[in-house]
Amino acid sequence: MILAYALYFALACFGLALVLNLIRLFTAPTLTDRILTVDTMAVNVIALIVLYGVWNGSQISFEAAMLLALTGFVATVAYCKYLLRGSIIE
Amino acid sequence: MIEIAQYVAAALLVLGGIFGLTGSYGLLRLKDPMQRLHAPTKASTVGVGAALIASAISHFLANGHLTWQELLVTIFLFVTAPLSALFLAKTHIFLTINRAELPDPDTGTPWATLDERPPVEQMVLARDHQDI
Repeated sequence: MILAYALYFALACFGLALVLNLIRLFTAPTLTDRILTVDTMAVNVIALIVLYGVWNGSQISFEAAMLLALTGFVATVAYCKYLLRGSIIE
Repeated sequence: MIEIAQYVAAALLVLGGIFGLTGSYGLLRLKDPMQRLHAPTKASTVGVGAALIASAISHFLANGHLTWQELLVTIFLFVTAPLSALFLAKTHIFLTINRAELPDPDTGTPWATLDERPPVEQMVLARDHQDI
C-alpha cells in the first residue's frame, strides 16, 4: 500500500520535472543549455518508463529504458561533437 | 523482511522523485550556464538511480527473484552522465571563450579540439604504404 503511494509521488515528481524541462527547452538562453535539457529529458523519460514498469509489474519496459539511455547519451555526444568539430565521425 | 523491503523501496521512490524534481528545477533556476550544468547531471542521475533500485526491489518482492537489468541501466547512466557533462562543458567553453585566450595545454601539441583534421588523402596513402 505504501509502495503504491510512493509510486504515485515519484510519477508526479518526474512528470513535473519533464514539464519544467519543456519550459527550459523553449526559454534556453544558450545552445549548450538546450542540449543539456534534451539530455535531462531523456533521463526523466527513462525514470518514467521504469516507474511505469513497476506500476504495470512487467519486465519488458527495461529494454525500452536501456535503449533510451543508449540513444540519449549518443545524441548528446553527437550534438557536442558537431558543435566542437563541425563533423561527428571524422 | 518483506515489510522492511517495502519501506526501503518506498523511501527510494520518494527520494528519487525529489532528486529528479530538484535537478530539473535547478536547470530552470540557476543563473550561470556552468552552474546549470551541475543540477541535471548530478541530482537527476541520483534520482533515476534511486528509482531504478526501487524498481529492482519491487520486482524482487513481486516475483521472488532478483533481476540485473535495472542495475545495468543504473550503471550505464552513472558512467555516461559525467561524460556528457564533460562534453557539454567543453562545448560551452569553446562556444563562449575567445580561442586565442585559451591556456596552453602543456603537451607540446595544440588543443585536441582545435587540432587540424588529417587530410583523407594522406591517411589513405599511409594505409596503402602499411599494406606494402
